[in-house]
Amino acid sequence: MLRNGIKALLGLLIVLLFPASPSLANDLTALEEQREVRLWHSYRSAELAALQEVVERFEQMHPHITVRMLNIPHDAFASRLTSSIPRGHGPDLFIFAHERVGSWVPNNVVVPIDEKPVPVDLDEFLPETIEALTFEGRLYGLPLAFKSTALFYNRALIDKPPKTTDELLDVARRLSEPDAGRYGLAYPADDFFFHSAWLFGFGGEVFDEETGLPSLDTPGGQRSLEFVQDLVLRERVVPQEATSALVTRLFNEEAAAMVVNGPWFIGDIDDRIDWGIALLPEVSETGRRATPFLTVEGVMIAGRAREPELARALAAHIAAEGSMTRATVGRQSVAWSPAYDDPLVGEDPVLRAFREQLPFSVAMDNRPAMQAVWEPARGALGQVLRGGDPEAALVRAQARLRAAVREAPETTSPLPYVVVLGLLAFVGAGAWAHRASKSAAATGGLRAEIRQNRTAYAYLAPAFAGLLFLVLVPFAVGLAIAFTHHEGGEFSFVGLANFRDILFGESYGVTDPLSFYFTLVVTVLWTLANVALHVTLGLMLALLLKEPWLRLKGVYRALLIIPWAVPNYITALIWKGMFHKQFGAINGILTSIGLEPVSWFGSFWTAFTANVVTNTWLGFPFMMVVALGALQSIPSELYEAADVDGAGRLQKFFRITLPLLKPAMLPAVILGMIWTFNMFNIVYLVSGGEPGGSTDILISEAYRWAFQRQEQYGYAAAYAALIFCILVGYTLGTRKLTGGEERA
Amino acid sequence: MNRDPSSFTKVLIYLALTVAVMVAVYPVLWVLKMAFSDSQAFGLSASLIPERISGANFKALVTHTDSDGTWLFGRHMLNSVVVSAGTTLLGLFLACTAAYAFSRFRFPGRRTGLMLFLVTQMFPGVMMAIPLYILMDILGLLGTLTGLMLVYSITAIPFCVFMLKGYFDTIPRELEEAALMDGASQFVIFWKIVMPLAKPALAVTALFSFMTAWNEFILAATFMNDERMFTLPVALQRYVGDYTTEWGLFAAGAVIVSVPVVALFFALQRNLVGGLTAGGVKG
Repeated sequence: MLRNGIKALLGLLIVLLFPASPSLANDLTALEEQREVRLWHSYRSAELAALQEVVERFEQMHPHITVRMLNIPHDAFASRLTSSIPRGHGPDLFIFAHERVGSWVPNNVVVPIDEKPVPVDLDEFLPETIEALTFEGRLYGLPLAFKSTALFYNRALIDKPPKTTDELLDVARRLSEPDAGRYGLAYPADDFFFHSAWLFGFGGEVFDEETGLPSLDTPGGQRSLEFVQDLVLRERVVPQEATSALVTRLFNEEAAAMVVNGPWFIGDIDDRIDWGIALLPEVSETGRRATPFLTVEGVMIAGRAREPELARALAAHIAAEGSMTRATVGRQSVAWSPAYDDPLVGEDPVLRAFREQLPFSVAMDNRPAMQAVWEPARGALGQVLRGGDPEAALVRAQARLRAAVREAPETTSPLPYVVVLGLLAFVGAGAWAHRASKSAAATGGLRAEIRQNRTAYAYLAPAFAGLLFLVLVPFAVGLAIAFTHHEGGEFSFVGLANFRDILFGESYGVTDPLSFYFTLVVTVLWTLANVALHVTLGLMLALLLKEPWLRLKGVYRALLIIPWAVPNYITALIWKGMFHKQFGAINGILTSIGLEPVSWFGSFWTAFTANVVTNTWLGFPFMMVVALGALQSIPSELYEAADVDGAGRLQKFFRITLPLLKPAMLPAVILGMIWTFNMFNIVYLVSGGEPGGSTDILISEAYRWAFQRQEQYGYAAAYAALIFCILVGYTLGTRKLTGGEERA
Repeated sequence: MNRDPSSFTKVLIYLALTVAVMVAVYPVLWVLKMAFSDSQAFGLSASLIPERISGANFKALVTHTDSDGTWLFGRHMLNSVVVSAGTTLLGLFLACTAAYAFSRFRFPGRRTGLMLFLVTQMFPGVMMAIPLYILMDILGLLGTLTGLMLVYSITAIPFCVFMLKGYFDTIPRELEEAALMDGASQFVIFWKIVMPLAKPALAVTALFSFMTAWNEFILAATFMNDERMFTLPVALQRYVGDYTTEWGLFAAGAVIVSVPVVALFFALQRNLVGGLTAGGVKG
């Protein structure tokens, strides 16, 4: 009841405070027919509720306008926008963070909002947020909300938040008991997003102000790395390998007195905790305040929007009139400055804290180059937090960054390639026809044989048609892209340059974890280890479950396929947690039987093992199911005969089961190899490539070039094409080895 | 096979299976804990037992409706079931016919064709999303469940074809030859003799096709233009945000998504083990 009352009051207040701009409102209310405007977003929970409320009010104000909202998962949102907007199936407007703007401008995913007059006073937005959405002098979207980190603290443990890093260290030392799992401060120290506060506080930078080029290796950057190395390794006031899940857990168990985190953290804090929020401290050494990254969410007009006018009106409504609802219901730090004049917003302790942090924050660069920074920067942090030298780590990160920001290869003419391709196709087809007609000669010529096998072709036709159209066409497109260079929305033909750079490039030595050849070896190891374990475990369990006297077989089987059934996004992260050095269950077991705890993600082999264990857990049920089916293909008479001959268990296994299982199991094994070769999400979720990118597999690189390094689709496609060639080579090799299998 | 092993071996086998089940289930217990908690934090606390058990996450998920009062959870579940069942049927149909051709006929282009089926699995899927989108657009299948079914079943086909071909190869041809003598047509042989004998492999491929469609969210989120057309995994993935995830809801959703899979497997496993094969081969 009270809530509804407040809501009604708010509505009234909003109408009084922010009357809609009259001219446009008149235009829109004069609409005769029903018009529709489409808005895409990825908001959740309170923010979603607030947005819905704001949009509903807009519809009430303009009865002739229907707003169709589509709520898309964040992980699929960017790809959805980039695939649908250029095809004309996009929305009219969408809500996204500012940092992608630079990559979207060239392909018209987003258009400037100030093309036509916007029905709102742009000077009323907080200037930092307008600046973040500006790219090459134009404004792309109206700022809705801004997000940065600040300092959360537990009031029961700390009465006054520290003002400087020296004070922070004093308090943290007093409250830390690392061996008992208690820490003064907790935050994901190896995450560059969180580290940015210290980086800028120590005077470091990401891009050089004058040249605009990446410059991670400055003295300030180095000092910031030394500082976190002290926090984590020497003073031990910050936990190691802290994921955001661990940070939440420690804060909720009162085992972390302070946390560096953003507004999204509030929903995770337990009700029992009495917490406060404050500005990040001043760095004592430099006198500058710790300055975290800033993200600004904007509502943007899509390219090829059908209703750009309505979209602009709705955008203005959400950004300005909707700001009170978004602040009070959605708990957003809104960018519309008049909202802070209202005590409900201006005196809210959380909103006030982030508003105070805003001048001490740095908007992430919205040029595509920014996306290439994360991985090298995270690599440097990881290296330093494993005890590496900060200076060396930065030099390495800078080198990686330079390799990622690759210069465009020279454009060449596609003509010679087309000629060669045509010749190859011609020769290939000729050779095939020759071979086929030779083998068919015995049965009366190729034509006759094709006619004879009409049934076979009829059986094949549907599957083949589908395959041809839906797989081979996109595949051919992908292959063609491998010969191009993509920059700023345009593809230029570069011949074999991408392949040359991957195979013979000189950015890294062969033994460097980032070189193609090192990654290839890791990928092969990863594939072999996984498939061997999947098949062994799957087959063993299937054999055990076949025992005729066994009770509750069905229950065992059903319980054993659970790892396959549960979405692996959540279970892989649970495994990552179980491998945590200090708080994980696996080291818990090790120490309880008197062994030393292992720092799983500290060295290549242990991190690799963690990945393999997780993927084995995820993958054995599939092989078990395949093996269960395959075992049925073995006639039981053979075992009976073997029993009569007095054969033992092992003999029966090696002489009957294994050889007869081969035809039914082999397809799953070969395909399992191919899938595992390209299965990077488990590596990504568990070790994240640590240490130093060494546990990454080939496909991760393709992914990075496509989505994290300035959208070099050509280079990524070349990676994919190489992976493809390797796999084709492998399959041809195994077919030679098992050549007899075909002639059954 | 008729001799029972010693009771010592039996105990060992039970022990091994129990350990395997414990390892398989332990991480999932954390999912259950998160699902039944009343918080949205990732439940990595010290104890596996939740302090408060709450069905709030499940309730929020199951009662999810949109502003027009459409019961979205029901729609999403229905879409998922339709797409997955459709994928399974279509995939099985396409795969069975193709696999039968590969197994029983020796025709020009057979080896090349087999290789082609395998080759399609080798190109990393990451690179295919945009060309697929354009194709779906040209076909006019964007935003339809049919489009999704088509893409999923084609994705699943190569495995199904290989699995079934491998299994068909183990079925003795004598059975079919005998039927041919009796005057049965190719189709009758395929439908009445080969298919029932291949039940275990059909069960495996059915489960596999179903899973291909059941858990996919990227393509589903890219092709569908209306919230009511989303599948369950798309709706579930929306709880994963840029900075943080509503783990309680996600875990509850993960449980809801897993239950039908385990149930389907439970129903299928009768065919998976002890089908008609043993009897059939004797003939």
